[in-house]
Amino acid sequence: MNELVPPKPKTIDLVNASLAKRRASERLFRGIGLISIMMALMFLFMLFYSIVSKGYTAFRQTHIQLEVNFDQQLLDPAATRHHDVLSSADYSSLVKASLSKLFPDVTSRNEKRQLHGLVSAGAAYQLRDMVMADPALLGQTLQLWVPADDDVDMLIKGHIDRDGPETERRLRDVQIAWLDQLAAQEKLSLKFNMLFFANGDSREPELAGIWGALMGSIYTLLVTLLLSFPMGVATAVYLEEFAPKSKWVDLIEVNINNLAAVPSIIFGLLGLAVFINFMSFPRSAPLVGGLVLAFMTLPTIIIASRGALKSVPPSIREAALGVGASKMQTVYFHVLPLATPGMLTGTIIGMARALGETAPLLMIGMVAFIVDIPSDIFDPATALPVQIYLWADSPERAFVERTSAAIIVLLGFLFVMNALAIILRKKFERRW
Amino acid sequence: MANTVNMSQYNEQAERRKQERRKQGKMRLSTATVTRDNRETIGNVTVPDYRIRCTDINVFYGDKHAIRNITLDIGRHEIIAMIGPSGCGKSTFLRCLNRMNDTIENCRVTGKIMMDNQDINDKSIDVVPLRAKVGMVFQKPNPFPKSVYENIAFGPRIHGLAKDKVELDEIVVTSLKRAGLWEEVKDRLDQPGTSLSGGQQQRLCIARTIAVNPEVILMDEPCSALDPIATTKIEELMDQLCADYSIVIVTHSMQQAARVSHRTAYFHLGDLIEVGATEQIFTKPVHQLTEDYITGRFG
Amino acid sequence: MHTFTFVLILLMLMVASFFFGRRRAVTVSKGDVRSLNSLPGYYGYYTALWCGIPALLIFTFWQFSESAVITNLVIAGLPEEVTLLSKQQLNLVINEIRNLVSDNIVASTISPEIAAAAERYREMQAISKMALFAVMMALGVGGATYALSRIHQQHKARNKVENTILIFLIACSTIAIFTTLGIVLSVLFEAILFFQAVPVTDFLFGLEWSPQTAIRPGQVGASGAFGAVPLFTGTMLVSAIAMVVAVPIGLMSAIYLAEYASPGMRALSKPMLEVLAGIPTVVYGFFAALTVAPFFRGWGESLGLAISSESALAAGVVMGIMIIPFVSSLSDDVIYAVPQSLRDGAYSLGATQSETIRKVVIPAALPGIVAGILLAVSRAIGETMIVVMAAGLAANLTANPLESVTTVTVQIVTLLVGDQEFDSPKTLAAFALGLVLFVVTLVLNVIALYVVRKYREQYE
Repeated sequence: MNELVPPKPKTIDLVNASLAKRRASERLFRGIGLISIMMALMFLFMLFYSIVSKGYTAFRQTHIQLEVNFDQQLLDPAATRHHDVLSSADYSSLVKASLSKLFPDVTSRNEKRQLHGLVSAGAAYQLRDMVMADPALLGQTLQLWVPADDDVDMLIKGHIDRDGPETERRLRDVQIAWLDQLAAQEKLSLKFNMLFFANGDSREPELAGIWGALMGSIYTLLVTLLLSFPMGVATAVYLEEFAPKSKWVDLIEVNINNLAAVPSIIFGLLGLAVFINFMSFPRSAPLVGGLVLAFMTLPTIIIASRGALKSVPPSIREAALGVGASKMQTVYFHVLPLATPGMLTGTIIGMARALGETAPLLMIGMVAFIVDIPSDIFDPATALPVQIYLWADSPERAFVERTSAAIIVLLGFLFVMNALAIILRKKFERRW
Repeated sequence: MANTVNMSQYNEQAERRKQERRKQGKMRLSTATVTRDNRETIGNVTVPDYRIRCTDINVFYGDKHAIRNITLDIGRHEIIAMIGPSGCGKSTFLRCLNRMNDTIENCRVTGKIMMDNQDINDKSIDVVPLRAKVGMVFQKPNPFPKSVYENIAFGPRIHGLAKDKVELDEIVVTSLKRAGLWEEVKDRLDQPGTSLSGGQQQRLCIARTIAVNPEVILMDEPCSALDPIATTKIEELMDQLCADYSIVIVTHSMQQAARVSHRTAYFHLGDLIEVGATEQIFTKPVHQLTEDYITGRFG
Repeated sequence: MHTFTFVLILLMLMVASFFFGRRRAVTVSKGDVRSLNSLPGYYGYYTALWCGIPALLIFTFWQFSESAVITNLVIAGLPEEVTLLSKQQLNLVINEIRNLVSDNIVASTISPEIAAAAERYREMQAISKMALFAVMMALGVGGATYALSRIHQQHKARNKVENTILIFLIACSTIAIFTTLGIVLSVLFEAILFFQAVPVTDFLFGLEWSPQTAIRPGQVGASGAFGAVPLFTGTMLVSAIAMVVAVPIGLMSAIYLAEYASPGMRALSKPMLEVLAGIPTVVYGFFAALTVAPFFRGWGESLGLAISSESALAAGVVMGIMIIPFVSSLSDDVIYAVPQSLRDGAYSLGATQSETIRKVVIPAALPGIVAGILLAVSRAIGETMIVVMAAGLAANLTANPLESVTTVTVQIVTLLVGDQEFDSPKTLAAFALGLVLFVVTLVLNVIALYVVRKYREQYE
């Protein structure tokens, strides 16, 4: 045998010679791995930081305290207290009057307009809603906090540079002086931004809220859930429990796996062509949005449900079949209850994904400017992510803040849904 | 010695099975009881010209004490076989010798394993040169999903054993020849290693180990997945290899141990019960457990 | 009363017929329920199904065909000079009538004929609604009565109910196929219309894209430019940047987590990566447009580089961040699937951990990793919101990542958002782009899924 072994240095010496270099490359490789994961986590942190730092201020809004005199002569001269009269009265002049009372020395037309610009148009709506709710207010004088204009809000939150040149600023020097005066009298304050949660969309940033979009999202998800959950579970049950092995079933499986990877915008095209163009469903309606998202979510639910069914051991089925239950009874009474937590988990994750989806909704017109809060699934509506998209496009500085705040709300919902899914999984997880 | 040997139960098959079921964890057997006091190994655990000297090796998997206080020498140019029932810790002991237990999470090894005046069980020891010195062949053939040539060249490449392509070719050819595989694969060196038959794959793995030119080869039941003809080939191969290497083989087959090894160690539930020349172990075992095992009473 | 209220009423009828059916079964058994072929409940379900299914089928059919039937009837009633109009103009008229019916704002002044037609439309809608209600209730009650009359002791209600459910299950399972079919047909149909106006070759190989010039119909073939090459290159550029970010980071993160990280770190990092995957794309788009793009531009300025505020770089990098968890979780799966015995083989030869990974694990996992990357590319190509918000609209034919480019998905959104005539080539172009997008992603997905399947089989 010895003639086969060539005379050469001992292995161990050769190994030791290159060892340092190999150790270095090991450390390098490991370092690259660590840097990669750190970068990924840093991106996540940056994303959250950028959004939270931009958005948290939107939850508080600058308000101005005014002494409002609900002048009966102005609002309801005939004292009819009639609904239509009260609703169409000129409340903005009440606001203007209060402002003039605060700054009696402002007289020129131009200056007056600038003064009135400090208060949001929403102040008038606020007064109207108050009077409509309680007509007895007529004739009284109250101290009220009304929302300030978005430019004022931005100044107070420090997003407008006070010391910059006046021409490049959205607020004039004189307006800033008035605001300083108000602040000195403690008539200027940041209060919880109720309007942001209660209003629909608006062109005025200080009046724009997410309630409309949120309701739109809820209606859309409702339709999605009602369609995709039963269908997804039914498909999974059929494929997992009843389907014979055949080319047809293979085709269905390939289709499901493929649909899971089809870009969401394609589903939007499907919705546009089939539901809106061909079937003449209403545009911008949560019904169509829900249908489209249901098609999109279906593969996720099917795949998760099949996983849940697979994890139910065959012995359970055999036991049920053994005592004479039919196949359908076995599935319904024994397999399904055990697989339900897994199916629900998959469904919640699918719904969370649908909640964040934007592109297909753009296709079917849920991207319109809609002020009214939708009241059913046929009303024109938009959805939370679409609202974010719309606001992100708006030029006003105040919309940046609101967009970020809307994102925080959206992420909050997603967090809750995912946490629910995780809890569900943990609680009902079974080891067979 | 507190050996409780209860002869009356030998023939009671049913009783024995019942107790066998109970033996896990309790170490209690119908034939003999190993207690804290009698855990000394019977036979000569040391050899004068040792390659590896293990002293008081203990292995824990989490809380489980897998092997206990094992002291054993591996001699130069010898084939030492480890036998014993499943789960007795022989593979675990084998994996200590080239620190393969490091790859298992929550596995802890204590004791001294001296090789070339170094304690290779010391955490500060670099496992790379150690494993280059102590090669290993596994139970299931595990060729890399690469060509036959690349499988053999892997070791020399990573260790920088060949200066150039010519030397690398030479190492590959030599290793394949020594593993007795050359004639069978010389025309398909570029085919994937996984395309070979089971026996060929295992010899490829042996050739892969030889290519690094180690000093000790550990074999963990190398023939358990193979048919008798392939087994014979590998046994012949071991016989040739022991001229240059120390070989430690774990085997389930007592016949194999008897055929190939010079010394045999009998493990039982984490204890090294008896060591001795193979002939002596198989003809005149001292310990009752060893005798029971080799006569086929259990295992 | 809304039509969906009908369904609610029908549901109540079904519940009632369930109880009737069950009671009837108990009655025919003469008090000995065990003499029945099936449990009494099954007779209830049987009756309820007979009550609900025919009526629901009619309802669905009605919903789909109602508007078409009414429209045709209304058109037939219009004066001749209107009915003889070209198809497009007729469509305008119909739209006007429909707008009038649904009280939408109508742009032009309304001619009395149109107003009359709208009035007729409304009347017919009301009649149709009444008729639908009557038919549904008749079918519901009729069905239930028929079912009740069929119940006798030997009646195999359970088998019938179970067969119905099975049919329902089978029907649901075909939805996936119909969805795919629906996508293919709807996109293909509109795309073919588009290719009648613009030749396929012009579309696929043309270098200029300016759909805005072709607003008026009839003008398209002459002056509109529908060369999609700049969109394809733009899409590829953005996707390539995304992959350059996502593949190394995703792959290395997966390797680090699978092979090196301590259990504690893994338990912490993995869910955080999953968080990255769960963030909606519109959030990434906002992040790209408002944080990353200005950052790159400022960075470019300090280096003396002109980086567009809608650069492909910003969109690509953010898209890459979005895809990192996708790549890492797919890589993690395939790395996990590499058998430990291969690793042991390499370790036992003295390979270091990184050598084992680079020379054994990765080559062994390569098919799976490649498939994962293909899926990631498919996702990058189809990603919409990030590019809509952060990439530009101008179709530049460039490979410079610092310039602004546009992508297929951006153009689909721009062409289709807002009100537009459905059959203008501009709108149809979006469907042609959608067809290309669908085909490309389909091919990538099918290859990737096939490779993954083969790979799994190899190690099972």
